[in-house]
Amino acid sequence: MQSFAGFSLFSVLLLMALGLAIIFGQMGVVNLAHGEFMALGAYTVYLSSTVVHTYLPALAPYYFVIAIVIAFLVAGLTGWLVEWSLIRFLYKRPLDTLLATWGLSLIMQQSFRSIFGAREVTPTLPEWLMGSFKPSESIDIPINGVFVMGLTLALTLGIWLFMYRSRIGLQMRATVQNRVMSGAAGINTRLVDRFTFSLGCGIAGVAGAAFTTIGSTGPDSGSRYIVDTFLVVVFGGTASLMGTIASAFGIAQGQSILEFFLKGTMGKVAVLMVIVLVLMIRPQGLFASKIRS
Amino acid sequence: MKPTTIITAPERIPLRRFLIASTAAITLALQSSPSLAGEAYPTAKVNTTGLAVTDDTVTVGQLHSATGTMAISETGSIQAEQLAIDQINASGGVLGRKIKVIVEDGASDWPTFAEKAKKLLVNDKVASVFGCWTSASRKAVLPVFEKENGMLYYPTFYEGLEQSKNVIYTGQEATQQILAGLDWIAKEKKAKSFYLIGSDYIWPRTSSKIARKHIENVLKGTVVGEEYYALGHTQFGSLINKIKLKKPDVIYAIIVGGSNVSFYKQLKAAGITSDKWTVLTISVTEDEVLGIGGENLAGFYSSMKYFQSLDNPNNKAFVEAFKSKYGAKSVIGDVTQAGYLGPWLWKLAVEKAGSFDIDKIAAASPGIEFTQAPEGYVKVHPNHHLWSKLRIGQWGVEGQAKVLYESGLIEPDPFPKGYQ
Repeated sequence: MQSFAGFSLFSVLLLMALGLAIIFGQMGVVNLAHGEFMALGAYTVYLSSTVVHTYLPALAPYYFVIAIVIAFLVAGLTGWLVEWSLIRFLYKRPLDTLLATWGLSLIMQQSFRSIFGAREVTPTLPEWLMGSFKPSESIDIPINGVFVMGLTLALTLGIWLFMYRSRIGLQMRATVQNRVMSGAAGINTRLVDRFTFSLGCGIAGVAGAAFTTIGSTGPDSGSRYIVDTFLVVVFGGTASLMGTIASAFGIAQGQSILEFFLKGTMGKVAVLMVIVLVLMIRPQGLFASKIRS
Repeated sequence: MKPTTIITAPERIPLRRFLIASTAAITLALQSSPSLAGEAYPTAKVNTTGLAVTDDTVTVGQLHSATGTMAISETGSIQAEQLAIDQINASGGVLGRKIKVIVEDGASDWPTFAEKAKKLLVNDKVASVFGCWTSASRKAVLPVFEKENGMLYYPTFYEGLEQSKNVIYTGQEATQQILAGLDWIAKEKKAKSFYLIGSDYIWPRTSSKIARKHIENVLKGTVVGEEYYALGHTQFGSLINKIKLKKPDVIYAIIVGGSNVSFYKQLKAAGITSDKWTVLTISVTEDEVLGIGGENLAGFYSSMKYFQSLDNPNNKAFVEAFKSKYGAKSVIGDVTQAGYLGPWLWKLAVEKAGSFDIDKIAAASPGIEFTQAPEGYVKVHPNHHLWSKLRIGQWGVEGQAKVLYESGLIEPDPFPKGYQ
């Protein structure tokens, strides 16, 4: 039972970090609005839920799966626009990206507040997602936890295949390693950038959509996620997907075990101390990719 | 009740709110008819300290967060205070003077609260302020109110350990909210073991401390766990496992904000439901239930002084007036009702004192009885808190509570002996 709590937290952390691992890890863009893209995904699910329950109640048991796809598209498209209108001018000015995306996150938060109101909202979830699965009398495995785990697994596998087994994935990695050389080899690096950024945002949208099964969504839900997200990516080593997975696993298991034996807040404190220590010894994170600088 | 993360954001301009507020203020100003006030209560006599009182109007301030992370919680109080002011004006105002409101936005930022409080008291010379929600915002404005000699009506139930000539606390302090509720659950459920869970800041910590002393010293029960989680925490898996291992008779929860939703959803998914477990909380009102969803709370208990479902004529009229002003879907929680008391208690104090002067209101307040309160009957104590009842409500799937128990009037005791 306790190991399930650890795995559940692991999949949540990994899901949060995947999108950022691409944007921050691969492209080096410090995207402080990443949490807001998650919130965007969550609000998309909320909207879909409202629409479906008002106009198409027959679809209610299945809409959630479609809503996740829509969340991916909405967040990805917004990411595309943001890259085109903002980020592309700032690739050579990382500190300005930080400010610009921070500003963007404030704009998005206030837009959520103006459109959806300040109250937290929860989509009506299909009944099959909310129960628990009882293998024995004392064990209850929450179905929403299993759902998030499955989604994380599928998404991680998908991203890995995409990055390391597809042509465009190859182009993405090439652009990250040496932009000038990739350009010379005929890769449209600008397009690759835009694509990478919007992919990362889309994945953030999926993460947000999945989290509606766990918690509620408010205008500043995003700012609740952002710290943990960066923590996972930085601790794992920025340029490595494996690192992100390992770091999410380590943090999740550490935290849930310590929370079990210590008390709530103390568990988190202990985990943060360990992370600080590790980063002092290995500033590049757990896994660092070998790039000549 | 809940200072969530402090996010210093550039100040946002709530244009719509500003327009609404100013329109309302103008309409009120236009409506005010020549009254008999000038004859019975000449301005020079009822206002000796230069407050914003004229022959036919009196200006008050309203200071809540209309924007930022706390807006979700404070909106109800803002609405209830405005409703009360409208009703007072419709029934002739205070000492024959119509109330004019200046609305300021604390924007969920404590220094902003202090600055706006100063603006209201020093520049606008308001006769009274209805406002604040979190303890942090109240602590930020308290020195301003004491130095500039203003009067604040504070609506939230809170941890106690405070008393000021310049504040009237219309919510319950911790002992009023906690002790009777614990007594009831111990008797009703024969509960002996308790698991205390809270968000990690002053209100839950102080409340848990009081609850623990009461459980151990008075009820002779045991506390099998006491834990705090950071505000915004959403993963309660490990905690739930621990609860299942320790099997407490009562889970006593003081979790606030977004964490609430995750906590109750995960309890339900982990099979902790009301048929086998008892959950008692002091941090869930009708407002929170909107976000959590009644189906995740069904059968759990809240201990509060007010529930929207209270069956008495005052409350029926209040709920109807509130819904006709703010929509049939709006809900009323404990703090919203406490916000509604503020303007009325101020009106009664002014009328008793026959003056708008702050010192006279502060002195006149103790002993004031408000019989039209939606919660029933309240009376101001010399320590500026209210005598009030405590109720236990059991949540239903539709998001409303069924009131199972009602205590007698409880004396406010912000500095409880033996509980500190």
